[in-house]
Amino acid sequence: MIILDSGRVIDPASNLDGTRTVLIDEGRIVQVREQPASAAEKLVHTVYDCRGKWVLPGLVDLHVHLREPGEEGKETIATGAKAAVAGGVTTVVAMPNTKPVCDSASVARFVAGRGREAGLARVLPSGAITRGSNGAELADMAELKEAGCVCLTDDGRPVMSAGVMRRALEYARDLDLPVMVHAEDLSLSAGGAMNEGATATRLGLPGVPAAAEVAMVQRDLLLAEMTGARLHVAHVSAAGSVRAIREAKARGVRVTAEATPHHFTLTEEAVAKGAGGEPYDTHAKMSPPLRSEADRIAIVAALAEGIVDAIATDHAPHGPLDKQVEFVQAANGIIGLETSLALTLSLVRSGELPISRAVELLTSGPARCFGLPYGTLAKGAPADAVVVDAEREWKVDPQRFHSRSRNSPFAGWTLHGRVLMTFVSGKLVYAYEGSEK
Amino acid sequence: MTLDFPRHLLELEALTRAQIERLLALASRFKHDRAEARAGGPRARSELLRGRTVLTLFFESSTRTRSSFEVAARSLGADVLSFQKDASSVSKGESLEDTVRNLDAIGADALVLRHPAAGAPRLVARAVRSSVINAGDGFHEHPTQGLLDALSLRERWGSFEGKTVAIVGDIAHSRVARSNIHCLNKLGAKVRVGGPTTLIPQGIEQLGCTVSSSLRELLQGADAVMALRIQNERIADARLPGARDYARIWGLNERTLQLLPEGALVLHPGPVNRGVELSSDVMDGPRSLVMDQVDSGVAVRMAALALCLGAAP
Repeated sequence: MIILDSGRVIDPASNLDGTRTVLIDEGRIVQVREQPASAAEKLVHTVYDCRGKWVLPGLVDLHVHLREPGEEGKETIATGAKAAVAGGVTTVVAMPNTKPVCDSASVARFVAGRGREAGLARVLPSGAITRGSNGAELADMAELKEAGCVCLTDDGRPVMSAGVMRRALEYARDLDLPVMVHAEDLSLSAGGAMNEGATATRLGLPGVPAAAEVAMVQRDLLLAEMTGARLHVAHVSAAGSVRAIREAKARGVRVTAEATPHHFTLTEEAVAKGAGGEPYDTHAKMSPPLRSEADRIAIVAALAEGIVDAIATDHAPHGPLDKQVEFVQAANGIIGLETSLALTLSLVRSGELPISRAVELLTSGPARCFGLPYGTLAKGAPADAVVVDAEREWKVDPQRFHSRSRNSPFAGWTLHGRVLMTFVSGKLVYAYEGSEK
Repeated sequence: MTLDFPRHLLELEALTRAQIERLLALASRFKHDRAEARAGGPRARSELLRGRTVLTLFFESSTRTRSSFEVAARSLGADVLSFQKDASSVSKGESLEDTVRNLDAIGADALVLRHPAAGAPRLVARAVRSSVINAGDGFHEHPTQGLLDALSLRERWGSFEGKTVAIVGDIAHSRVARSNIHCLNKLGAKVRVGGPTTLIPQGIEQLGCTVSSSLRELLQGADAVMALRIQNERIADARLPGARDYARIWGLNERTLQLLPEGALVLHPGPVNRGVELSSDVMDGPRSLVMDQVDSGVAVRMAALALCLGAAP
């Protein structure tokens, strides 16, 4: 048996925030009790002293690009899973935009199998909505579900045809699979490289208006309402999307939503003032783009209010060849698995988010979006847990990341909150060693 | 005592008024010398940049800007190498950074760069040892164009205080507009822009200009108007119905020029679509500075090269 002794246990799903001792056996939570580990227990069991530390359910990240198969130079399932557990993430949903696209059981099984071999974070595949994410013909959804896919998405390649999207939602509803949408009207975003507005104008960069996202969110909410399907809106970046989702939730539409740490931390200004104050920072280039301060504030409010259900990283590894180029040509996206917890805790430190809500957004919130049995320390649950030193200050140094890629706009930032230990199904899969590597 | 001048000329936004004025003063001298030479005066080739190599590196087609830079460099005694996108290994998939590192190793002192991507000159400046002079990057800036426009206007006006310059046309896709807004503001002039809403970029006022919604409003009381070139792409991407429809509202001709105070000047960065941005009578008329702009261009580029290379007299 493993005993996490007398830490501050925060488990929003159990409405718990207090000093507790967590008992783990055979991969599951056996008991969460007030009484500390006894002298006798310390003799027989593996007891970790968690006094002064936080004990949280393992984090669940619904939106991760692991790049395998096809782009192993950027990330592999093993390196991505290692980055995950180093960031306290015990469950990741792998996006299907690999090469080949995960639109068949064989690719889904390959991804899940590689995840099991790595033996670190739990890797759950997601399947494509359409064959090859071509936006035209439905992928074999039943087969994908059978192979372990927990949701369907054409992430990065929005289904532009409303007619196809409608049928996809209907078919997915029969299978009770949530459909995750990367909401972007490609005709409005065409050619754009950053948020449309004064900053883009000053830098001479073509813009992507917020309406490119909001119009698509509105369309898909309408289709979700019409079909009764479960819709999950990925990486919400615009205040208008928040408004639309709030209204749809009030109407009873089955919609959940996620936001990324970069969208609640940074704004379009990061493009103009990157590392060292240099403009055209390609580490601030993503899709959807970093938006205005008003949008950022709306996202933070939506996190607090429950309009956004989950924090997800959209971890998107890219190599230097994709990023050390002209801004308009640079690849979209940044890595996020090893910084998401600390960036979320900054919102707690700044008073913008209560601690229990912050933990919920990283754990049970995302688990509920896809109906996953993780993200809680309730008795009987899979023993995914992380021990965190919430006060520990650390400097973000991408060279020390476990991810194979280094593309983070947070390099050099000082953050608070360090993962000390990560357990997946009761197995210790990561332990911080002060100065690893 | 010389004022510091940056090694790279990437954008006018980053220059101070004093730096701009210093460059214009030097350019004015060069322009005067050129005029004298043309009038049969002494044609002494300057030796300011003797032994230096200036490399022009154009990733977009351009005749006038490139020749203007080359004439400028040669008339200061520099050796000139030209590099065109098609003739390079760029088409073989080499990255911009690798391309310029290789050229840098050849031993250029100044790299004159035109590139379709905004911000490319910065990327290049970080990668090379030589001075980098931006000859236009995407829709961002075209510093020497802003400076040559200022030189032509300064010669007519003396001072920019109290002057208003109107810029009309495709502001969204114009690096010329952005460089002019920064330059004219720093020199003390006021700037207005105008054109179809489809060609006015979001938040342009924050660069330091007002936006006029009609040609009448734009030209009212202006001391100069600068018309920008309308590209055919704007019709293809549904920003304009056509050149004729544009000219109907925003074209400068004898009739619309009556909206402009007497004595006000007309500029165009070229090449002009006659009958679209400017009618022929306006372009060839007495108020037009179009040919003078070209002359100023060589002088401004001479000054920019001399200053960036630390060789100014």
